[in-house]
Amino acid sequence: MAETKQVLVACGAGIATSTVVNKAIEDMAKEHNLKVDLKQIKIAEVGSYEESADLLVTTAMTKKEYPFPVINARNFLTGIGVEDTKKEILEELKK
Amino acid sequence: MSGIYFDESIISVDLEATSSEDVLRSMGRNLYDKNLVKETFTQAIIDREDEFATGLPTSGVSVAIPHTDTEHVNAKTISVATLKEPVDFGVMGGGPDETTPVKVVFLLAMNDSSHQLSLLQQLMQVFQDEKTLMTLANEKDASHIKRILIEKLSLDFKGGEA
Repeated sequence: MAETKQVLVACGAGIATSTVVNKAIEDMAKEHNLKVDLKQIKIAEVGSYEESADLLVTTAMTKKEYPFPVINARNFLTGIGVEDTKKEILEELKK
Repeated sequence: MSGIYFDESIISVDLEATSSEDVLRSMGRNLYDKNLVKETFTQAIIDREDEFATGLPTSGVSVAIPHTDTEHVNAKTISVATLKEPVDFGVMGGGPDETTPVKVVFLLAMNDSSHQLSLLQQLMQVFQDEKTLMTLANEKDASHIKRILIEKLSLDFKGGEA
């Protein structure tokens, strides 16, 4: 089994969309028996996790480059293409 | 306050606006007049929308969910506006020039960063329900919009008091 991954879930304010996405990933990890360390934060706070994070899932895409993959979480809100996004996240978690 | 303030007075039908900022200014002023938000709220929501757009290209009609930090809010509320003509909003997580023609705006005024998961999840369910979205977009009676949302969001609401 893969090691615990630290996943950052971020939006502009860290209160609205990240709340919904956070729960979706939590459920997904449980379902697939994966250990994740979820951090729900504001996008401005991502910098302080740069050393430890394995993945950033966000509704507030920035142009900034990070040393870990970034996945756009908008589909969790619109429902369109959400299965593809989930698959993308799962693949990262299983690495 | 665990309940949410929600009544016809914060629902606008066929709002006429020329830009997303225009929409936010009008909705923000209404909430401020009712003392539901602080004076700083409107500018904060405009700045946030500028930095992190909230337009969502949902099926049927596009929506937007502008929101900002809790410190600008007095009472938890969701203000709703249907727009007479769609207004372009930036797309959430999209490129700087990516916009979507928004027909329904859900302005989220949240005063507590926790305890709103179920409300937000139910709101996202509405976004994924094309039929309900179309009904809301075309509804001309604010009291019907209120009734639909209270049912869909299972709102524990407070009306008529701030």
